[in-house]
Amino acid sequence: MWPSDLNSLHLLLPPMEIFGVSLPGLLSQLLLGLVNGSFYAILSLGLAVIFGLLNVINFAHGALFMTGALLTWMAMNYFGINYWLMLVLAPLVVGLFGVLIERLLLRWIYKLDHLYGLLLTLGLTLLIEGVFRSIYGVSGLGYDTPELLEGATNLGFMIMPNYRAWVVVASVVVCIGTWYVIEKTKLGAYLRAGTENPRLVEAFGINVPVMVTLTYAFGAALAAFAGVLAAPVYQVTPLMGQNLIIVVFAVVVIGGMGSIMGSILTGLGLGVIEGFTKVFYPEASSTVVFVIMVIVLLIRPAGLFGKEK
Amino acid sequence: MNSKNTATIGYGLLLLALIAAPFLGAYPVFVMKLMCFALFASAFNLLLGYTGLLSFGHAAFLGGAAYVAGHAIKVWGLTPEVGLLLGTAGGALLGLLFGWLAIRRQGIYFSMITLALAQMLFFACLQAPFTGGEDGLQGVPRGKLFGLIDLQSDLVMYYVALVIVVAAFLLIVRTIHSPFGQVLKGIKENEPRAISLGYDTHRFKLLAFVLSAALAGLAGSLKTLVLGFATLSDVHWTASGQVILMTLVGGLGTLSGPLIGSAVVVLLENKIGEFGNLLAALTSVEWFKTLGESVTMVTGLIFVICVLAFRRGIMGEIIAWLAQRRAGSSAKH
Repeated sequence: MWPSDLNSLHLLLPPMEIFGVSLPGLLSQLLLGLVNGSFYAILSLGLAVIFGLLNVINFAHGALFMTGALLTWMAMNYFGINYWLMLVLAPLVVGLFGVLIERLLLRWIYKLDHLYGLLLTLGLTLLIEGVFRSIYGVSGLGYDTPELLEGATNLGFMIMPNYRAWVVVASVVVCIGTWYVIEKTKLGAYLRAGTENPRLVEAFGINVPVMVTLTYAFGAALAAFAGVLAAPVYQVTPLMGQNLIIVVFAVVVIGGMGSIMGSILTGLGLGVIEGFTKVFYPEASSTVVFVIMVIVLLIRPAGLFGKEK
Repeated sequence: MNSKNTATIGYGLLLLALIAAPFLGAYPVFVMKLMCFALFASAFNLLLGYTGLLSFGHAAFLGGAAYVAGHAIKVWGLTPEVGLLLGTAGGALLGLLFGWLAIRRQGIYFSMITLALAQMLFFACLQAPFTGGEDGLQGVPRGKLFGLIDLQSDLVMYYVALVIVVAAFLLIVRTIHSPFGQVLKGIKENEPRAISLGYDTHRFKLLAFVLSAALAGLAGSLKTLVLGFATLSDVHWTASGQVILMTLVGGLGTLSGPLIGSAVVVLLENKIGEFGNLLAALTSVEWFKTLGESVTMVTGLIFVICVLAFRRGIMGEIIAWLAQRRAGSSAKH
């Protein structure tokens, strides 16, 4: 019914042009930008939550994202476990892995300078990526789009690949859910209080060390969830998290880590800007986020939603 | 014997060993590569160990300067000393730009910004026509130093490189012991106090950043001259991670640490395959044979161990041990 190449789908629609670019083409890039933006949003959200409570910048976030994607691929190829089950299982497994990381490694460095947290998680990243690299090499492993979301929907003004729409919807739901829990529930209130003053929260009878462990595990699980979503979109490789995490760092610098909603909006917004750049000036699409970071540093050094910590 | 004498003797022996190295069977090009990384790590340590700034973008200065020097020598046909100077200046200029932007934010944000800026340069180098993209800039001739000394011979190149690296290292030593270096240490220990004493800490940090970037640039330019090529791997963020590891393994904030650390890391990366084969032969565990392809894994493991249990690094531990022994013996008298 539809041509298999999703990028040529817009040819089926009547031409409409904006600045010399066809409207369906523009919208499909916009959607692709939103897909990338969704990953930026989930990952920067996780970074912000972890940094808030642990004071550690989790460089391993990209590696955990990759682990989520690779686990999904492994489950399908070795055990025939499908995508939908992995959407739950991968975050659980990686979350448990996060518990181990926090309990065995991160726990020992909280009292030290921030930089040791970055270095420890950098080492962890190299270790995790190295292990998977020694097994799977660096070439991409393909993962098929789940049957239910195959194909595309004709919206009249554009043809929308179903899976991409699903990634955006699922990410936004998870992000908003996280925002709701942290900003509006009692659990979230403990968490926010722990970010401000962990000792005082402990004095009120909250088990802060457990809260810290669970926070890290939750951040890791979020990264893995994004990884599962990414498996059918990107090529699954042991190095897929590397470049992403650096862009996410830039996103975090732009947005500031003070606000949950700020992280979500910045992530999505930058994805969209990146998508548009791909249409109008493709050469700059890999650097546009960094350029925006420079501009933000010049105009608002603390970040768009930031308060210096 | 006091600590200063011990150190002088140590450096003297190291210098003698380096002078004699080509006659003791060491492969000059490999030792030159080691020296370039030692200079790179020392330049980095000036910033992290003595000023307390963790730059995660030092690959930009190493690799960026390597391209500048390579381009100047190969395409513009300039002499090697001018190429080195231009490369160093390129590193300094990039450092000025990066530092000026990154110093606006403190602590961990500073590291993230330098990393992001370096990644931007990486993508720029990937696309720019003059870097040769993924192939790199190949076939940079060594030429004649000052138009007189032919550097084609590895031995001549070796001693020229040795003089340059030793001079740069002495500059770092001088900087650290200068009043300027003392202010940097003051900023590292307690920035608010340094501000309250009337120091413009931003300016000091920026100066330290530019100096460190310039020396990293010198290391990169020299590496291009020695090896005859400049590649993308020198601008990649993993090179920034590598220099952090070298400094950490050797000992943060010690002069000799980066020298030892860079040697350990470079040797490890070059010899780990052989080491794996040896282990495989000894233990008959076949898996060890794949160790050569898993350098990143081993590097990561060393990172984790260093941060958790070995934060003073090799030289840091030795210096602390010597100090303790001295304190013990003086207490007896």
